[in-house]
Amino acid sequence: MLKGSMDTDAALATRLSRDLEAAFPLLVTQHQDRLYTIALRLLGDRRDAEEVAQDALVRAFRAMAGYPSERTAALRLRPWLASIAVNLARNRRRRLDDRRPPNQLEPMLDDGFDLVAEGRARPDATSDRRETQRELAAALLHLAPGVRAAIVLRHVDGLSIAETAAALGRPEGTIKAQVHRGLRELRLVLAAEAAPPPPRTTTQSARLVPAMETLR
Amino acid sequence: MTTTIDLETALSGLRASAPATVGRGALVAAGLADEYAPIDTPLGQVFVAWNGRGVSWVAAGDDGTVFERTFRSKTGRQVDRAAALPPRLRQAIKRRLGGDRRARISLDLRGHSPFEVAVWTKALEIPRGEVRPYGWIAAEIGRPKAVRAVGTALAHNPVPLVVPCHRVVRSDGLIGQYSMGGPDAKRRILAAEGLDTRALEADAAAGRRYTGSDTTHIVCHPTCRDARRVTERHKVTFPSLSAAAAAGYRPYKHCRPVSLAA
Repeated sequence: MLKGSMDTDAALATRLSRDLEAAFPLLVTQHQDRLYTIALRLLGDRRDAEEVAQDALVRAFRAMAGYPSERTAALRLRPWLASIAVNLARNRRRRLDDRRPPNQLEPMLDDGFDLVAEGRARPDATSDRRETQRELAAALLHLAPGVRAAIVLRHVDGLSIAETAAALGRPEGTIKAQVHRGLRELRLVLAAEAAPPPPRTTTQSARLVPAMETLR
Repeated sequence: MTTTIDLETALSGLRASAPATVGRGALVAAGLADEYAPIDTPLGQVFVAWNGRGVSWVAAGDDGTVFERTFRSKTGRQVDRAAALPPRLRQAIKRRLGGDRRARISLDLRGHSPFEVAVWTKALEIPRGEVRPYGWIAAEIGRPKAVRAVGTALAHNPVPLVVPCHRVVRSDGLIGQYSMGGPDAKRRILAAEGLDTRALEADAAAGRRYTGSDTTHIVCHPTCRDARRVTERHKVTFPSLSAAAAAGYRPYKHCRPVSLAA
């Protein structure tokens, strides 16, 4: 992403390689929010996201504890940590899917916004923006898991295409296509939700086509 | 309105802040920070600290701030009060204090010398309701001359009660020091474990250091559970192991009495 964060990452990796125990708290401070965000946007549940984020940090620590120091020093922390969180989230989602049917996912959605720093938004704009974010978070969960992971890493977490590809272990071309597809599908889902609910008999594609046209 | 926002900007607005439990939990699991909570014991309330590696500190007291200060100065790590011990750990400690030596408790003994760890590990073998002299630990860990160092190591036990240093007494049979409240607390916990400390100290003062049975011609530590089953009629006491050997008694293989330079 930004040059600055890559420099910070390289410096942190060097410190971790020299004294893992002393530098690890810094890694926690710098990366816990993004790992939590990735898990939250992939899973849609705050409790699950907390566990995945914590577990990802612990696994990163244990992995580095077993690495020779040159390997730790060479880590690209942002994509590497993201890949750990994505894998843990995937495993957790599979376990959850085994226990609950997919159509019950929605009532469990958790936007997680009471924890978001509100930034510089004007108070009157806040509730509108929140509503938009809530819809967007819900829309993300309609995406296929692979596409969702690409969107979350590229546009929520802000990794570059190359970093997203490294984190997900897929070619950059695939990531570009998935991100493109994800953005398009998000627009469709959001437009469909903004429109009045269609009659039960309408098929999804039929109701989405006009919405897509209005957005373009 | 969803139709007017820039989707990519909106996605970057989905970043959330992790609750404090995430980072703290990770540090605790990695053994870089600890949590602590109180537990009731025969010595009253004690605080137990733990992390992902195991139990790291045990100390008496009802003032958490004192515990936190001591912990930080001894370990250099952060410690936070938890609502309660993890249920598994609590259960394991209760079982251990109740005499069940099969209850598994991981211990975080980083930063301590191999000698200290050997002493504490050996103390874990002493059954509830029994005591062994410092010299026994020294002999058992292959350092028979390091009796004084054994005493020092036990005094520095970071996890008293969990590692039952209270079951180790002076080689002359006197009750000896105790890091968690002195000799009185040591008598109290040993009494709670079913030991007659007054009889123990009276025997020691009278020079009765070993107990034998004239039917088996086996000699034991006086508190060995098998020695205590010997009836008064068949009980023989010795001031030293050499006296027992001279009388034709051999050391019991379970409690393994050793010669002690008292």
